[in-house]
Amino acid sequence: MKLIAQGAEAKIYEADFEEVFGVPLLKERVIVKHRIPKRYRIKEIDVKLRKERTVREARILHRAKEFGVNCPYVYEVDLRDMKLVMEYIEGQRLKELLESVPMEERLELCREVGRQIGKLHKAGIVHGDLTTSNMIFRGGKVYLIDFGLADFDSTLEARGVDLHLLRRAMESTHYTWFERGFEAVLEGYAEVLGEEARKEVEEKMKEIESRGRYRERSWLS
Amino acid sequence: MIALGIEGTAHTLGIGIVTEDKVLANVFHTLTTEKGGIHPKEAAEHHARLLKPLLRKALETAGITMEDVDIIAFSQGPGLGPALRVVATAARALAIRYSKPIVGVNHCIAHVEITKMFGVKDPVGLYVSGGNTQVLALEGGRYRVFGETLDIGIGNAIDTFARELGIGFPGGPKIEKLAQKGREYIELPYAVKGMDLSFSGLLTEAVRKYRTGKYKVEDLAYSFQETAFAALVEVTERAVAHTGKEEVVLVGGVAANNRLREMLRIMTEDRGIKFFVPPYDLCRDNGAMIAYTGLRMYLGGVRFKIEDTVVKQKFRTDEVEVVWE
Repeated sequence: MKLIAQGAEAKIYEADFEEVFGVPLLKERVIVKHRIPKRYRIKEIDVKLRKERTVREARILHRAKEFGVNCPYVYEVDLRDMKLVMEYIEGQRLKELLESVPMEERLELCREVGRQIGKLHKAGIVHGDLTTSNMIFRGGKVYLIDFGLADFDSTLEARGVDLHLLRRAMESTHYTWFERGFEAVLEGYAEVLGEEARKEVEEKMKEIESRGRYRERSWLS
Repeated sequence: MIALGIEGTAHTLGIGIVTEDKVLANVFHTLTTEKGGIHPKEAAEHHARLLKPLLRKALETAGITMEDVDIIAFSQGPGLGPALRVVATAARALAIRYSKPIVGVNHCIAHVEITKMFGVKDPVGLYVSGGNTQVLALEGGRYRVFGETLDIGIGNAIDTFARELGIGFPGGPKIEKLAQKGREYIELPYAVKGMDLSFSGLLTEAVRKYRTGKYKVEDLAYSFQETAFAALVEVTERAVAHTGKEEVVLVGGVAANNRLREMLRIMTEDRGIKFFVPPYDLCRDNGAMIAYTGLRMYLGGVRFKIEDTVVKQKFRTDEVEVVWE
């Protein structure tokens, strides 16, 4: 296993399927997300949180799959060690890909991003951390990854925040063309959820942007 | 240079006098009410009444006169409108009367900035008080908020819970003492909501459980603290992981709590980064932090005209361009 990332709550490893499961059932490599114990909190809270979050992330990925969202398969939920073993989506990050293709292709990719988010919201899920770093292009498809901040929430507010975060992320990463790009995202979104839903969520986003509570969140960039 | 700072965003009026590396005076007076909570007008009257005596006391303590002061700083917000206006008016009057430059300071930023007097360079700040609970850090030239309470401040939640238990105001020290005797964890709603915090659900449930009479108050106080503080530390750690900063500071009145300090110490130790808490008089609302921040701003080239000194009740930290770093 190779450590590839470490966030505040989890360590992310890359490994062979066989290495994890002991049988060469799949040739693919896998991602192991290990929610690590925290010494600063009492054991009761520590175990409860890590367990809840591991289960929730697995449930969310499962439900997203059912609704046709391109996201990783969950291979195992290990509630003893609080580990999630998932499919490794190997491809190109949209963050770089979008900058390297002509405008036409860019906008088509953005429309596909919008369709994926539309399906996710249709499933009653918000991602919570939509950035083009969390989107991978593989085999002609756009995949959403890293559901660590995702939640079951079908309120307009949550959807508005979800899309707003993406808009802000695109603004900082793809600043020369993000306006057209985000417009294409909304077009794809409307294809799945309808024009009415698009209008509603756009109005919500405006409200979110205008109100004082909203803060610049720089984990967007 | 010598800066004089006036703090008066809430129920404390504070006057501080500082140089670039030293606090010469830091005096305050806090309006306390039996029921807790503050009436904005009462706070304003309190500040107006005590300004003159406190100013005299600060100058005496520092052993200087108004002529020795180089700049006047004041808390411009966020806070209670009437209280802010009293302080701003006083600052303007002093600035004009003695022909000194005036600087308006963001209260939340000042809480973090004062730690730099002690050698802290570029921290993630956890600012916890009665009304405020936020995690902030400098990024892209501004103090960004990486998480904050969506409803009540942690100090407020603790005080309200203490009042419910009938142990008086302020509740912080009393809850902490009770919590030390708690042994059994009673499950309470965890307070992290996405990237933010929320303490109203935790408070409601703790009160509800207390009223059933089935639980020991010590266990409830212990569980309340453990649950609320775990959430604070988690949001702080996320900001650290995201920004890659190597210092954490704990500021605000609730910084007095030893359990919260311990939890942050462990978290920072495990990440191999530094942790600092200023002396309590510089943690709570105080004039020295306003003076010090105002001085840093002024030395960094920030200049205010009198018309720029209008108070801002909802003054956000990211409105201020941090040009003085």
